[in-house]
Order: sequence, then C-alpha cells, then structure tokens
Amino acid sequence: MKMSATGRVNLAALAVLFFSLAGAMTTLYAMDRTRREPVAQDELYISSPRVLRRMSLGYTGLLADIYWTRAVQYFGVQHHSGSGDFRLLAPLLEVTTELDPKLLPAYEFGANFLAPKPPSGAGLPGAALSLMKYGIEHNPDQWRLYYNLGFLYYTEFKDYAKAAEVFKQGAALPVTNEFMPILAARMAQHAGEFDTARMLWVTTYQSTKEPRIRQNAVEHLLALQVDEEVKQLEHVVERYRQQTGRLPENMGDLERAGFIHGTPADPKGNAYQLMSDGRIEVQNPKILYFITKGLPPGASPPQPPREKSGS
Amino acid sequence: MNSRVGYIAFNTFREAVRDRVLYNLIAFALLLSGAAILVGEISIDIERLVVVNLGLTAVSLFGVIIAIFIGIGLVSKEIEKRTLYTVLSRPVRRWEFVVGKFFGLTGTLVVNTVCMALGVFLALLYVSHKFEKMDQWVLVALYFIVLQFFIVCALALFFSSFSTPLMSAVFTFALFVIGSLAEDLRGFARITHGLGGWLATGIAYLVPNFSALNVISQVAHGDPVAGRLILYNTAYALLYSAMAISGAVLIFQRRNLK
Amino acid sequence: MESENWKPNFTIRFNSTQTPSKELGSSRIIMAAIEILDLEKSYLVGFWRKRPKLALRPLRLTVEEGEVFGFLGPNGAGKTTTLKLLMGLVFPTAGTARILGKELDDPAVKSQIGFLPEQPYFYDHLTARELLNYYGQLSGVPAKGRAARVEQMLERVGLSGSASVQLRKFSKGMLQRVGLAQAILHDPKLVFLDEPMSGLDPMGRREVRDLIQQLRSEGKTVFFSTHILSDAEALCDRVAVIHQGELRGVGAVADLTSGTQGKIEIIFYAAKVPAGLTALGAVARISGDMVNAVLPEEQQDAALELLRRERLKLISLAPVRNSLEEYYIQRLQPTDVEKEDEEDEARNEENRKGVGV
Repeated sequence: MKMSATGRVNLAALAVLFFSLAGAMTTLYAMDRTRREPVAQDELYISSPRVLRRMSLGYTGLLADIYWTRAVQYFGVQHHSGSGDFRLLAPLLEVTTELDPKLLPAYEFGANFLAPKPPSGAGLPGAALSLMKYGIEHNPDQWRLYYNLGFLYYTEFKDYAKAAEVFKQGAALPVTNEFMPILAARMAQHAGEFDTARMLWVTTYQSTKEPRIRQNAVEHLLALQVDEEVKQLEHVVERYRQQTGRLPENMGDLERAGFIHGTPADPKGNAYQLMSDGRIEVQNPKILYFITKGLPPGASPPQPPREKSGS
Repeated sequence: MNSRVGYIAFNTFREAVRDRVLYNLIAFALLLSGAAILVGEISIDIERLVVVNLGLTAVSLFGVIIAIFIGIGLVSKEIEKRTLYTVLSRPVRRWEFVVGKFFGLTGTLVVNTVCMALGVFLALLYVSHKFEKMDQWVLVALYFIVLQFFIVCALALFFSSFSTPLMSAVFTFALFVIGSLAEDLRGFARITHGLGGWLATGIAYLVPNFSALNVISQVAHGDPVAGRLILYNTAYALLYSAMAISGAVLIFQRRNLK
Repeated sequence: MESENWKPNFTIRFNSTQTPSKELGSSRIIMAAIEILDLEKSYLVGFWRKRPKLALRPLRLTVEEGEVFGFLGPNGAGKTTTLKLLMGLVFPTAGTARILGKELDDPAVKSQIGFLPEQPYFYDHLTARELLNYYGQLSGVPAKGRAARVEQMLERVGLSGSASVQLRKFSKGMLQRVGLAQAILHDPKLVFLDEPMSGLDPMGRREVRDLIQQLRSEGKTVFFSTHILSDAEALCDRVAVIHQGELRGVGAVADLTSGTQGKIEIIFYAAKVPAGLTALGAVARISGDMVNAVLPEEQQDAALELLRRERLKLISLAPVRNSLEEYYIQRLQPTDVEKEDEEDEARNEENRKGVGV
C-alpha cells in the first residue's frame, strides 16, 4: 500500500514512542532492581517545626496533611523493613502537630507507637508524653487525649496517681467515654490489673478507626487473655499439687480431679501445654504477641511480625 | 541527521543567545564567587562541600528554569508570531522543526552548563587550591544534570505542542517536582496494594525519574558514582526524551496552525 | 450565471486559445500549477458546545502555469484560509489539492514554491541577511552561490542598505520587503503572496507591481490574494472572487473588462451641463471646467450634434467598458443558497433561545 509522506512520519514517530517508552520503563525497572534496598524517606530536610511553619506561608493545613501522610508512610515502611528504626517518627509527628495542632489522629498514632520499645515502636515514652501534653494544651476538650495520656502514665511509667488524675480530668469533659470515670477509680485503687488493662485496650479499640491501632489493641487483648488463663491454670496445678502431693502429668489428671472441664486452649485455638515442672506453656508463642506468661523459661515476649509484603 | 534539523537547531541557539539567555551566567558567577569567598572565610573543612552543593544546585535550577521558559515558547511563539509560516512553507517537515528546536535548546543549555561547570571548578580550585581525584565525580554529576535538561526540554516541547505557554510551564514544572521525588513515589507504590497500587506503580514509572539523576549531595561528599548508574541514567534520559519528542511530533503533525 | 466562468478541471489539457507554443504548433500541454479539488475547511467554535463553523466551502479552482492569478475577496472571505491550506499549515476538513501535480504533503513541492504570509513577521534577532541565508539553507539553496543569491534578493527588494540591521528594528513596510525577498529567494516556480501590497507606501506598491510583472515575464506562476481591485486589474490574467468562504466566480480579466455596456462616455469643456443633454438620457457631472457625461450608445450622434451646435469643445468620446469593480460588487451580492442559510441560522438561533428558556 502506498502511504502518504505524513503517514510515514506518523508511523515512524509512533514506533519511536513505543520503543522509547518500553525502553525507559525497562531501564527504570533495572535501575530499581540493582538498588540494595528500597529507598525509604530517611531524610527530614527541615526538622524545625517553627521554621517549616513560617515557610508554609500560611498553608499549614495542607502541609500538616502532607507531613501526617509522610509520618504514617514512614512508620509503615520502617515497620515493613523490620529495622526497628523509628528515629524520624517523633520529629515527623512534632512537625505535623505544630503545623496543625488539631490533627487528632497524629496524637493517637504517637501515643500508640512512640512509647513502645522497638521493634513495635520508637521506644520514646518521653516524646509520647510531651506530644500528649502539647495536644491537650491545644485541644483541652478532647477526652481521647486525656485517655491516651493516662494510658501512657499507666503502661509506660506505672504512675497510677498521675494516670488517675488525667482519667478524672477526661471523665469530667462534656463529651467523654463511659469507661473514663471507671478507669479513674481503678487507677486510684490499684485494683484488678487485668480488668484495668483490658478496659484500656477495649477503649482504645472502640474509639479509633485507624486499622493499625485497632490491630495492636486486639493483639494486646489476646495477650492479656493468655496471661490471665496461664495464671489461672498454674494456680489450678498448684492446688492439685497441694491436694495430691504431686504434680499432674497431663491435663487429663486435672480434669479427672475435677479442676477443669475439657482441654483448655489459647485464643488462637491451640491447647495449653502442661510442662513437667508444673508450668503452663503456650504451643506457639510466635503468634501470640505481647504475652508475658506461658513462655519457655528465658524466652522474651514475641513481637508482631513484619507486615505482609504485597507479593 | 539531516541538515535542516541542524540549521533549525543552530538558528534556535542563535536566537536564544541573542535573546540574552546566557546573561544568567553573570548571576551564576556572582553567586558562586560570593559563596566561595564567604565560605573560605567563615568555615573550616566544608568549603568544598558548600561549593559543590551550591554550584551544582545552581547549575541544575538555572538550567531547568531556562529549559522550561524557553522550551514552552519554542513552538507557541513561532505560531503566535507566524514565523512558522515561512518555515513550514519550505521543504521543512514538521518533525524536523520539532527535533531541530529540541537540539537547539539542548545545545544552548549544554553551552550554558559548560560555562557554569568551568565556574564551579574555578571556585573549587579557589577554595581547595588543587584538584583532587574525587572531583571527577563532580563531572559525572554535571553530566547527569545535562541529561536532566534533555528530559525537561523534551517535556516542555511536548506540552507546548498542544497547550498554551502558561499551562505548558505549569505542567513541565509540576512534572519536574514530581519527578524529583520519583523514587519516593515508587517506594510508596511498592507498599500500596490493589487497584491503587497498580495505579501508583503506573504513575510512578511514567513520571520522569529525576531523582536518580541527582547525585549532587553524594558527589559533594566525594562519594563515587557507580558506572552502572551512569549507563542506566544515560539510556533512561535518552529514551525518555525520545519518547516525549515523538509524542510532540505526533501531536504537532496534526495541528492546525491558526 | 456562474457556469460561464467555470473552467474545466483537466490536469493536462490542450489549449489552443492562449499562448500558442512555437515548438508544438497550435497546441501545447499546459500543466495546472494549482488544482484545488473541493477543498473544505471548518473550525470548531464555541466554548461549551463546539459547533463547526465553515471557513471555506468546498472550493474547486485551477490555476495554470505561468498565470498571474488574483484571489479577490473582502477581509475574512477565506483567502488566507485557502492559502494556509495550500501551504499545509492547516489541514482540510475535506477535499484535496495538488500543487505542480503533487500532493500537498510531498516534500518535493515545497522547494518549488514561495510564500509571503499576510503581514509577515520574522525572527527578531536576526538581520535581514541572516534570515535570508537561513531560509536559503532550509529551502536547499546550495551553499555555493547562496550568499550571492541573498545579496541579489536584498538588492531586488531595495534592502541592501539595511541588510545588517536586526529585524526587530524594521518597519512594517521593510518587513513586507523581506517577506517578498524570502518568497522568491530560492527561485520558486510558483509564488503565493497573501496581500502583498499591504503596509506599503505608494512607491513600495509600485515596486511590488513591477516585481510581479517581472515574475510573470520569467514564466513564474503567481497566486496572490488582495482586496485591492486596481492591483488585480493591472496585474492579473485571471481572478477568482471569494466571499464568506464561497467561490463566487472565476474569469479572465481581459474577458471581464472587454464587454461594453451599450453606453458611451463623453468629456468636453463647458462651465455647465447643456440643457439638451439630459433629454438624451445622459448622466452628467461637472469637474472643474469640464463636463463628464454618460449616455446610451444610440444617442452618440445626437450628442455630438448638440455639442457642435453649442460650440463646445469635445475632449474625448469612448465606449464605457465593464470594470472589474462592477464584476466584483455584483459577485458579492448574497446568493439564494446563502439567504436560505441565513434564515436557517436565524431559526436555529431562535430554537436555541427557546430551549434555553
């Protein structure tokens, strides 16, 4: 077929377009493959929140959103890599809240992930504490900030008096949570650690929409349950020993003696194991994060795994 | 390469030079010599770092600004002023015009960059009194900057083949900014799943990858640049420019010159 | 009415009436320099709902080699659109055209044509000499002899003195001259000139006329658009009249102006119009010490008799010829089709308003 001159040029240009598009993409792909590890955003070019605030020329809202996204993304990437290095989480959250002090999700994120020790958090309870105080200063009517602060005092600092005070303040707000006065009372009495902790995590779970925080709360609740069940089972073993003068050999012994019914299992469905020295152990400690009891002697509490990668 | 492309390229270069584009060199020289003298007096040990960082950043930004502001006008100005009529009524094909313009503009920028590079090395000599072996990596960084100009010119030309100068400038600059964050973008795409992940990956791969072309802070510390990266970057920049230019040609071929 | 002005559209035809060739006896092959075959162009206008607006209705026109062809029409008639279509600057909505027997996008065509756009504008920072040299390069003028050719062209359009001045310092008239120089620089066979006289002073116009005459004598084909009829009448072999994007007529200038109208014009010395003259059906006016009267041919003898009786001195007597102007004005009258179109348009407009309310 005879082709017009214009048609030939068009065809040639189209061919070049496709060839170079494919070539450029391939080169890019090859370039990414040779890199040792994915590039994480490990540079915080401007770390002074106040400077950044001035540089934003008043567009602080948008910039705060960008930094907030960056903070979440940073946490996700670092968590994914399993490096346990969360150096930039605190400054990123500080910048975010300096730019927009009313960005509540940032405080919540900070309360949950700044304080815990690596690799599940940045291990900076002090930074978490000052972030919460800053948040309350700017949002004095938000019960969740009081809740988070009290939570920190209780879990990280074991300062029950301060925790009680903060929960009380939060409970007095016009809009608050039903558990807040109870928590305040519990703190004052130091009573029922298990119930208190349980209530704290349930409140956390119910009052947030952030999936990462909810999952974290669920794992903690499961761990609390395991701890409590192990404690009770070990108590039963002790009573058996006092009655019979010897340790039970298996769960069947306990059942026959009428202490338990059926085979007790942990929340993941695996039966608890009775060890020869009378201790109770979980079958698979790797899937029960945060448990403190039911572990082999000397074993450290398991940690949540890295997030699943896309592949 | 056919000779008409060369003539058009040369004429574009001549127009740009006579339009006082190279005057930016004066501003650059002032900036660099001022900085060199200043850091020479106040800081210890980081003179070289500051000169390389500042010099190369200025080379890059000055060049990108020139590339965008001339690039967007190359085609539209000729249409607006109707100079194109007397060119295209000659045995000049439209693709020759577009390609000629591209080479004219990149030629201008190469000359500009060579002058600036001389300035950077003079400033380096001034602050450290001798050249070191690691200064060769500064040359590599400069080469990458030129590659970056190729892509910016091609993009400016592409956008101006169908859009107004103002919109072309906005588009090109936006792509320059996005492209400078391209690797973060691809990192982000990798941890996103589902439809959004596909979309993010597509966009992350389509935007020009300027971040791999920026090794300024690396060479400022005297770190070497991998030979493979030089190869990849060269191939990438040439292919990406070719892509944008052929896109520009395809659009311009169909365009009615009112 | 128009059909008598239509010429058949043969690419090659034997022509026995015009310019008989010496070599071939009474018949000779004449190539069509430009063949426009139903070329049509519409633009989309409007911001929201784009509607096509016809800039050029299907145009069929043939220009023969060696002709000076005038393309007449008021401003906005579609002259420039036609030229841009022929130059390949805009693309037709429908139809085709051939130049020197080749398709418009054939690169070989472009080296044989020259084009002067309306109100030309060139690269500000180049001198006239550099510009012509650049255009010479683009047109494929061999490097050897290019410089000489450029000087020759500068001389021809009277710009030798300003050859080294940058074009941004040129006046409109000087730019027009540069434009002419670039159009004929590469010795094209066919020259398109869009309003070549605009922006020129009387002397400049005279020079352009001379230039076109020279081109004709060199055997070039010249296709030029204008709305100045005297230029067309003085220069063209044939003219076409276009109005509102539609071809209204084509004809040889000699034919159009050869016919008489059955009237004569007499001019004689007199202080006032003689009383008897009006009775003969004359329309007379006094200019200075002369009277200029137009009257029916059959009254010629009676009028001369009258003058003799009154002892008035006759200066001239001539039949009144058709002028190009009359032809042109007549062609611009709305045609029936157009009236209908306008009515349609009005109806549509009303409908649209109706919908809007």
